[in-house]
Amino acid sequence: MALDKPYLDVPGTTIFDTEQSRKGYHLNQFCMSLMQAANRERFKADERAYLDEWPMTEDQKLGVLSRDLNRCIALGGNIYFLAKIGATDGKSFQQMAGSMTGMTEDEYRAMMVSGGRSVEGNRFIGEDGDAQAHRQPQGAARTPGH
Amino acid sequence: MARITASVFTSHVPAIGAALDLGKTAEPYWQPVFQGYEFSKQWMKDKQPDVIILVFNDHATAFSLDMIPTFAIGTAAQYQPADEGWGPRPVPVVQGHPALAAHIAQSVIQQDFDLTIVNKMDVDHGLTVPLSLMCGQPPADHFAWPCPVVPFAVNVVQYPVPSGQRCFNLGQAIRRAVESFDEDLNVHIWGTGGMSHQLQGPRAGLINREFDNAFLDKLIADPAAAAAIPHIDYVREAGSEGIELVMWLIARGAMKDVAENPSPVRLKHRFYHVPASNTAVGHLILENT
Repeated sequence: MALDKPYLDVPGTTIFDTEQSRKGYHLNQFCMSLMQAANRERFKADERAYLDEWPMTEDQKLGVLSRDLNRCIALGGNIYFLAKIGATDGKSFQQMAGSMTGMTEDEYRAMMVSGGRSVEGNRFIGEDGDAQAHRQPQGAARTPGH
Repeated sequence: MARITASVFTSHVPAIGAALDLGKTAEPYWQPVFQGYEFSKQWMKDKQPDVIILVFNDHATAFSLDMIPTFAIGTAAQYQPADEGWGPRPVPVVQGHPALAAHIAQSVIQQDFDLTIVNKMDVDHGLTVPLSLMCGQPPADHFAWPCPVVPFAVNVVQYPVPSGQRCFNLGQAIRRAVESFDEDLNVHIWGTGGMSHQLQGPRAGLINREFDNAFLDKLIADPAAAAAIPHIDYVREAGSEGIELVMWLIARGAMKDVAENPSPVRLKHRFYHVPASNTAVGHLILENT
């Protein structure tokens, strides 16, 4: 019988439930390993070789190598674990969060300073808010005809 | 006997810790955030708790995906500030209160809440940022937090997290546990995290002032209604990480008015500000009458 997952119709949002957690176990544990300085050094010296020590899928490894956090999340990553990659790269939480919107760092910061993203149009898939799939990427990256 | 006299509610944004540690509190971006805690720092000095029960969540720091406890109580003598990848915060070691913590664990488990007992745990910004906001920077010649802390960690990272109702009921069990501890202790209980924020996906950056302020209103005056808010409402209205607000219901459930109707809580302080990094900052202080 299907489980109750009422959050699947929220746009631009992946809930880290037990199914995502199961898919992402090794990806997230790889991230966790970056909390140790010696591991950060080994990862930075040869990212691919370090990733190959983990039983992750090829898609997960490519997601990490390209720093595509949306892809990592779709493949079972969780933002608090993925943040360890950002820390290794010297990025702030705001830079990481912003990277998933397509906005530049300045655009994202400006949105937050002016009160953040509105919930209007962003409650349910199918509305017309700025987090909806048909309005990605956001910011200047969204050029006409993009 | 020990008794809970007050509850504190506050966000625990990591960037607030970084701003404090890097001396940026007077910058125009941060000044309004810290201004909201000036009253609170004086209140802490005036009220001087003997122990703080600090409800927080670990952010993939002490708990990896190897083990995911829903509720975990710290019974250790002390807790080191964690290295979350940017180096440990330059804040004092957190002293525990093993006797009270062990007593609460025994009592609360006997009240049918299955706590995980933790004797070794580093504590991340979820616990140390609220201490910094409420206590200020400890002086160099007495580098310590003002009192011992019982860390109480709640899983709000991996769904399903505990419901608001269960958290509210747990708070009531904690209050009964504290009141059965023989030593005369003035205990504060803090609920941390929130308010609205989302750190992931194309919807990152979501903020909802209306939801947050309605939540504050309810938490003060009608906490049973706040406890009834289902998970999906937090996710849809307050962002995927806004779910942290269920932790506030543990602290609120521990207040006397929940068990004894004719003893209203006294609102001492209320503050709300957008933004701190990706997050709406909310803060309340309630006292028992």
